[in-house]
Amino acid sequence: MAFFLEALLGGLMAGMLYSLVALGFVLIYKASGVFNFAQGAMVLFAALAMARFSEWVPGWLGLESKFLGNLIAFMLAAVLMYALAWLIERLVLRHLVNQEGVTLLMATLGITYFLDGFGQTIFGSDIYKIDVGMPKEPVFLLEGVFQGGVLVNMEDVYAACVAALLVAVLSLFFQKTSTGRALRAVADDHQAAQSIGIPLNKIWVIVWFVAGITALVAGVIWGSKLGVQFSLTTVALRALPVIILGGLTSVPGAIIGGLIIGVGEKLSEVYLGPLVGGGIEIWFAYVLALVFLLFRPQGLFGEKIIDRV
Amino acid sequence: MFYRENGQFKTTYRADQQIFPITQDRWVILALIAFAFVGVPMLVDEYMYRAILIPFLILSLAALGVNILVGYCGQISLGSGAFMAVGAYMAYNTYVRIDGMPLILALLSGGFFATLVGIFFGIPSLRVKGLYLAVATLAAQFFCDWAFSRISWFTNNSSSGSVSVSNLQIAGWRIDTPLEKYLFCLAFLVVFGLLAKNLVRSAIGREWMAIRDMDVAAAVIGIRPVYAKLSAFAVSSFIVGVAGGLWGFVHLGSWEPAAFSIDRSFQLLFMVIIGGMGSIMGSFFGAAFIVVLPIFLNQFLPWAGALVGVEISTATISHSEFMVFGALIVWFLIAEPHGLAKLWSIAKQKLRLWPFPH
Repeated sequence: MAFFLEALLGGLMAGMLYSLVALGFVLIYKASGVFNFAQGAMVLFAALAMARFSEWVPGWLGLESKFLGNLIAFMLAAVLMYALAWLIERLVLRHLVNQEGVTLLMATLGITYFLDGFGQTIFGSDIYKIDVGMPKEPVFLLEGVFQGGVLVNMEDVYAACVAALLVAVLSLFFQKTSTGRALRAVADDHQAAQSIGIPLNKIWVIVWFVAGITALVAGVIWGSKLGVQFSLTTVALRALPVIILGGLTSVPGAIIGGLIIGVGEKLSEVYLGPLVGGGIEIWFAYVLALVFLLFRPQGLFGEKIIDRV
Repeated sequence: MFYRENGQFKTTYRADQQIFPITQDRWVILALIAFAFVGVPMLVDEYMYRAILIPFLILSLAALGVNILVGYCGQISLGSGAFMAVGAYMAYNTYVRIDGMPLILALLSGGFFATLVGIFFGIPSLRVKGLYLAVATLAAQFFCDWAFSRISWFTNNSSSGSVSVSNLQIAGWRIDTPLEKYLFCLAFLVVFGLLAKNLVRSAIGREWMAIRDMDVAAAVIGIRPVYAKLSAFAVSSFIVGVAGGLWGFVHLGSWEPAAFSIDRSFQLLFMVIIGGMGSIMGSFFGAAFIVVLPIFLNQFLPWAGALVGVEISTATISHSEFMVFGALIVWFLIAEPHGLAKLWSIAKQKLRLWPFPH
């Protein structure tokens, strides 16, 4: 039972991180109808920027405090993500308005290639560390209930808290601010939003920036767990089943989908994996999402797809 | 001046419905095929075969298959790499496990198994479509990656996980030299190209296009979506599977699952989009573009660096290759969203009026 709980908790934590990446996908898809394959590349790019800035900044400014250095690095990385969002809107999206979904998808794949190359050209392609002072040592919980207790990685707990915080801030931003309202209006109906005077181009910059920030947070968390390296881009591929499970257009869907996928992956790896030779977490999430789609084609919380002739 | 159809009257339905109704087109294509079979072997060297021509032929065959699914039937698939892998591994297994198996039959059986897998993973297309389907087909990709690296039956229990094929021969003709490999692939491509072209202009091809343009409307006028979609998946994955077999047998010789990773799927999709969706011709253009571009960049970037006096390291070159590739893709999508095939047809239109456009 303790073992099961451990696996369950581990899955939940991993799921929280998946939903963080998935959130970036959903935000952009909702606001611009673009299925953004570049989200993984953005995670890598942001993480690389953060890692290198936190190395460089103390040298530039002569700072002693690590916290301050990290903070400034985070700010700089955020500014960089804004510049990126602006450039993408200016150079790519603006020219592809009203194109088919698959063309836009391909364009974001082009952006992926570009970002992968660009990030590694300016920031280098080694493995870098991000140290934001997250505790590494595991702790044991519920020792009174089970023998030996339940092993929990404190790092994961912090990461999950940060992710939850980000989700809360985002939903406040979406619900309570006028920009958030504008974003939701654009998501509902591009033309109607435009006709009441919401500038679409500006909204797209904002939404790509917000997605960039979630990429940055995801990059910092994943980066401090695994080290910043090229394989971070695959995190995006792990997050894809999350969004189709949760629904492409739903923020709560991304979170709940992430949790389901995280738990499913972990439990399947632990209980099913040994039977078929291990390593099944790579495809298990996809198959889970696929089976799910057969029953609910629009995902858990997605808008119902209605076809008209 | 030379490209006019004036005076070419069609007196039978047969003449009206042939693949190239314009006489000049027919001659150009025939000349092109003759040149590919006879002229090219006299001109090019071994490097050209290995680096450009053979990959181009095989990948255009694969792109042809993907184009049938994505371009003609409108079902976005990111699992083409997996179908290639199925084709390669099953061709390998039939070739190695059955004594005296003819090479061509082995390749076709690879295509057959790819068809089965394609139909299986095509079933979700009956319920989901568009981007959801694209993600769903990724399931095929990851599952096959896993299966071919973890289940040792597929690799004939090879300890390193990689498989190799040697001694390719058809009825006593050994396929050793690059030239022979080239001709072998070319023959496959010509046959399958003709087959695909005829399929897409037949009744089933029109059904696919109706499904692509609007599946609900197609269903209303009596096209069975199940049949149309699954047949597109079947035909597409058969061709892609055969291409996979060729890629493994002829181009690589020995391979690992990584040869058919998700990058391969993206690459094939790029070929289709850049070449032109829903165009047989476009598959060839796209494949040529994607095969030649990295090689060109690899040669060009150091040269350009030297020109402005900058020594570029190999790591930077490979990164800049990524950058330029990505930027070009985006630029291309903006400049011509309908692909190279569209440019081709515009050029043809212009040529008909040339040199007096008014």
